[in-house]
Order: sequence, then C-alpha cells, then structure tokens
Amino acid sequence: MHKPILIENARIIDPASNTDMRGAVLIENDRIADITQGAVDGGPDAARRIDAKGMVLAPGLIDMRVFTGEPGHEYRETLQSAGRAAAAGGVTSIVVMPDTQPVIDDGALVEFIARHAEATTCVNVLPSASITKGTGGQDLTEFGLLREAGAVCFTEGRSSIQSTAVLRAAMIYANNFDVPIVHLPAEASLVSDGVMNAGALATFRGLKGIPTEAETIPLDRDLQLALMTGARYHAAQISTARSAELAKFYKRRSNAISVGASINNLCLNENDVGSYRTFFKLSPPLRSEDDRLALVDALKRGVVDVIHSDHDPQDTEVKRQPFADAAVGAIGLETLLAAALRLVHSGDLDLTTVLRAMTSRPAEILGLDAGRIAKGAPADLCLFDPDYPWLVEEATIRSRSRNTTFENARMSGKVMMTIVGGKTVFEEDAFA
Amino acid sequence: MARRQPDPSDSPKGSFLPFRHRHLLGIAQLNQQEIIDLLDRAEAMIPISRQRKTLPNLAGKTQINLFFENSTRTQASFEIAGKRLGATVMNMAVRTSSVAKGETLVDTAATLNAMQPDAIVVRHGSSGAVELLSQKVECAVLNAGDGAHEHPTQALLDALTIRRHKGRLNGLTVAICGDIANSRVARSNLILLGAMRARTRVIAPKSLLPRGVDQMASEVFTDMRKGLEGADVVMMLRLQNERASGKLIPSVREYYKFYGLDAEKLSHANADALVMHPGPMNRGVEIDPAIADGPQSVITQQVEMGVAVRMAVLDALLNKDADDA
Repeated sequence: MHKPILIENARIIDPASNTDMRGAVLIENDRIADITQGAVDGGPDAARRIDAKGMVLAPGLIDMRVFTGEPGHEYRETLQSAGRAAAAGGVTSIVVMPDTQPVIDDGALVEFIARHAEATTCVNVLPSASITKGTGGQDLTEFGLLREAGAVCFTEGRSSIQSTAVLRAAMIYANNFDVPIVHLPAEASLVSDGVMNAGALATFRGLKGIPTEAETIPLDRDLQLALMTGARYHAAQISTARSAELAKFYKRRSNAISVGASINNLCLNENDVGSYRTFFKLSPPLRSEDDRLALVDALKRGVVDVIHSDHDPQDTEVKRQPFADAAVGAIGLETLLAAALRLVHSGDLDLTTVLRAMTSRPAEILGLDAGRIAKGAPADLCLFDPDYPWLVEEATIRSRSRNTTFENARMSGKVMMTIVGGKTVFEEDAFA
Repeated sequence: MARRQPDPSDSPKGSFLPFRHRHLLGIAQLNQQEIIDLLDRAEAMIPISRQRKTLPNLAGKTQINLFFENSTRTQASFEIAGKRLGATVMNMAVRTSSVAKGETLVDTAATLNAMQPDAIVVRHGSSGAVELLSQKVECAVLNAGDGAHEHPTQALLDALTIRRHKGRLNGLTVAICGDIANSRVARSNLILLGAMRARTRVIAPKSLLPRGVDQMASEVFTDMRKGLEGADVVMMLRLQNERASGKLIPSVREYYKFYGLDAEKLSHANADALVMHPGPMNRGVEIDPAIADGPQSVITQQVEMGVAVRMAVLDALLNKDADDA
C-alpha cells in the first residue's frame, strides 16, 4: 500500500461530470478516497500533501492507439519504455495495437501482453486483438475467447480491411460479444503508392499523393455497415473535412459510432512535411490546413470523440530514407497533452473538451472503469501545469525511438505528476 | 544565332557571380540572377567543348558519378563535362534491388564521403533522395535527377538551347507536353521558366496531370492543338510504356492520336517554334520521327548544350577560388 496522497489547491477538471472547480483530491490505496471543493481542513496526517496551486488535476489520459515494438521489434519500443513515455505524458492507460510480430490474434498472446505489462510497465496496458487472423483481412479471429482473455477492442492496427464482406461479418459477429470494432478506413487501391496528401505540395515535391477519397469512400462504407449491423464502431483515425461531415451524418443516426483523430492531424498539416521530413510521413497523411481546421471544429462539436497519440516508434534505420521509402509513423505519448494544449492556447477549444477526448470518451467507448475523477474511482490521475514552457528535445525523449513530429517544438503546458492506481509513476524534476 | 546580350568577358574565367550554394539539388534553390549566371557560364563553355579542349579548372579534383537509375546519356554527359575541366571522374555502377535501395543510399553516402571526393553526381529513383544524400557528405552534390522531383541540369540545358535560338526566355510561350505527373524534367523546367518569366503551358490527358499543377504552370490544356496555339517552344516528354498499357492511358495508338507531336499538331504552334525532347525518345509514341528529325527540332543541340551546362555547374560548384580571385 502506498502512502495516501492529498493534492490540494488544484483546478480539478473532470469532463465526465462536467466538473471544473478548485479543490483537493485525496488518494488512498489505489482509489480516489475523497474530493473536496475549496480548501481542506486537516486531512490524514500521514498523507503526502501536494500544493497544486496553478495546476490542473485531470483524470489520467487514455490513449486508444499506441504501437509498441513488443513482441517482435523490441529495439523500437518495449511495453516498459512505452509505459515510461506514457507516464511522462500524463497517460495512465494505453491500448496497444495488435499488429506486432506475431500478430495478437490468439487468446494466449493477449494474456502474454497483459501478464508481461503487469510485470514491467508502470501504466495500465490494455491489449487489443486483431479482427482477422494475422491481420490478413480474410478470416475472423475468436472474438469471444479474445475478449475473455482481456482484449478491449478489435482492430487491424495500421491495416485496413479491404473486403466489405469480411468487415460486415466482423461487425455482425462483434455484436454477439458487445465489443467495439476499431478500424482505419483506407482504400488500398487509392492509397496505392502514395506517400503524402495529394495536392500541389506533393506535386511540387514530386511525391505520389494519397487522395482524400482513399479515406472518405471506405469511411462511408464502414459507417453504413455500422448503422446496418448496430455494431459498436470506432473510426480509428479520420483526417479530412469530408470525413468529419460523413461522421456527423451517421453519428446522428447511431450512438454506437465514434470517431478518433490523431493529435498529428489536429496540430499539423501537409506543409510540415517540408523538405522530405520523414518524421512527418504518417497514416493517414497530414492533410491541408482546411482539413485540419475542420477536424478541430469536429472535435469542438463532439463529432470527433477521441484524440489519439497514434504513437508509432520507428528507428533511424527505417526513417533515414528517401521519403517514399521511409517507414510511416511518429511517436506521440510524451507530447500528447502538451500538443493538445496548443488547441486550447490557440483559443480553438476549451480545456474540458480537449481532456474529455482523452479521458471519459475513450473510457465510455471501451467500457472502462477509468477516465474520471470520482469518489471510489481508480486513482489514475494527471497533474499538469497548463502554461509551463518547455522545449521538446530529442535527448530527453523516453521512447526508445526518436521519431517525433515535435522535435524542437516549443510547448506550453507540462505534466508534473502522473498517478496510476494510487502510485506515483512520474514526477517532473522541476516540480519535485 | 541571336545572343542574349553582348558579353565583354566571354571566357570561362570571366566575371561571374560567386556561386553561393554548396550543392545543386534543384532549380527551386536558384533565383533568376543565379539562373542567368549559370546560363552565361555555360555559354562560355560552349567553345571549349566544341574545340574539344580541356581546361585545368578542376585539375586534381575528383568527381564521382553515382547513378542508382540507368542513364547512359546523362552519365556520359557529366563524365565528359568533368573530364573537359580536368577532373578525375569515376563512375560508380550501383546495382539496386528495389527493396533495399534506401539502405544502400545512406550507406553508400558514408562510404563515398570517406573517399574524400570533391563532387558527387547523383541520380536516384526517389524524390528527395539526392537531398538526403547531400546531408550525409561533405562535398558538393549535383542532382542528376531524383524521382519525379527535379532534374536541374536538364532544365538549364533546355533554357540555354532556347536562349541561343530565341535570344531570350522572358515572354516566350513554352508548351510542355506529355507525362507531366511523373516527370522531373517538367517540374524543373516549369520552375526555371517561371523564374525567367516565360509563359508556361502544360498539355496532357487528365490522367497524366498531377493535382495542383495549375500552381506550377501558367496554363493547363488537355487539348493539344489549343495548347500549341502561339507556342514558341514545344517540349515533348517521354511516355513510359508501362503507363500506356491501360492503367492511365488505354493504348499507345490512342495516346499518339491525341498527344503525339505530328506535323498537323505542330502547325498550330508558331511557324518558328522549336521542338525539344529530353530523350530518350519513343518515336511514334510521343513524337513523329519526321518531326524529331525535322527542321524545327533542336533535340541534338540539347545534348550538346548538356555538356556545356554541366561543365558550367561543376565549375561553379568546385572552382570557387577562381570566383574569388
């Protein structure tokens, strides 16, 4: 058992209950024992008291889309190193993607991830399982057995199911077990050998473009299937203005549909690719500024439910390549909150909206007892200074891979302390 | 042949601008004055090249030609250019599997750098690959074509050829016709001609026009006859055979009917219009052999200008002491 912790004088934001107040939170064992508005009289003598004046206390973040290299590519990232990065970013739960080597498509593998994470990782690791065997896009995995083994959702990770019949079967069958299908809509024949957003910039650089319809056409298909089957469906990542319109249309007709967007697509645009900077080679690709603004607006209106880090560690070997040959993906756990705060500081979104998309919404979509500050709830918390200025430096990155889209970026807002199950898993030096 | 302007110092040791770039990665890095300067330098190299003389400008310097894509013509042109300036030229044949080519690139860069060359001339199939390599070496890097991105010496030699015939670039109407989407030659030419205030047109079927091309060219045409109306220069591009097999273009004969340069289509351009082609040509696919060898064709002159332009660029990049003197 850990010593009780009393965090006082904090601005407590709990999006689940629409709370935004000054007060204190008492943590005993692994739970939130008490919440007090205003100043606290007394409190337990043995408690560690933390004066959180000027800081925000929020539920620990839940990141629905995290790739690690474990099993298979541990040199890129282990569950342990991903956990350290998450803790430093205020992320207390990570959903790890199944497209590892081997692919997580069997109950024993889900149990391996859970067991191994328990022993090595300081944040909650929530395994997902693939929709089809080996993410081959053909034969369904054992949803029931995988669910019992601990899979929180079913997804193909980076891959997208091309066969409409297979995806429909997956949605129908997923209904039996009430499990969410999380899917990246991407039409392979249109993505083809594209490497960045199709448009003038790609043309100028002589790079093959990925048209927006490579996303909107399969997204429309997915949403139609979700509506017809009644399945719980989460569009893993949308990137275009048209996608947001489609999502809005279908979400009005079904409560079982939710939508995610990567922090990269919310904060960056195709111009950031600059002179063939491969850290900005992402899937979906960074789109136009109009698309980015439409996504931010969709987040504001609740059309986009969840912000993902889309954390995808890739080593130098596969990134120091000509753009077309370089690997796809960027890390994002450590910078997730700071980057999201840019949208608050810019005046586009309020703090509660941004935090909801990383706490209570993912918890609701996945059916987790997490993502809220309530008496008796698990003590997964994130304490941050919303204005603390800092520079993202390669040397201090905790991930095993350094492929960040925010290298040398100036951030306002830093996580000072992260608590998982009542245990302090991260404390900023400047704070402690 | 009309000259741009009388030039008192027509020797290669004349007064040119000091070349402020370490590499030549693309036309996009050059401003108008620098383009004019390189063309003037190239102009001065023509008599040297014609007399088969060798200058001592690059004596003792080593130039490596590193071609990840086969190109006998461009490689030979760079080799002759280097040798006419007295450089030691080494050709590296790089055999690449398509899978491992990126790996070879950075590794090869490190290896070559250790050999202390003065210049590396690179051709690579991926856009941006030459720039990546330039970041890994300490010597000058010349882009001899990277993917669908840039081919700067081709654009310079085209500009030199045009300038020698027309006396200027400013205000000319230049039509570039063919596979714009996949052409680095088209991109470099559009950037250069735009910088020189020529009027640029691209002509192609929609499936070979990349998105946003209207931001690179003054006008975009899908009808070749309309696009050639009033053109001073007609630049044809090579159509890769694999693109004319049903994916983007249904057939070669359909392409030739609508986009092949024949006498009838050429008659829509100005009577004194130049016909150009970067080579190698697909006679009967994008151009009628009679036109390719006809009176308006300057295609073989382009090849000759290629040597002069490459001499000029190598000299500008490697012989910087002479500029300072």
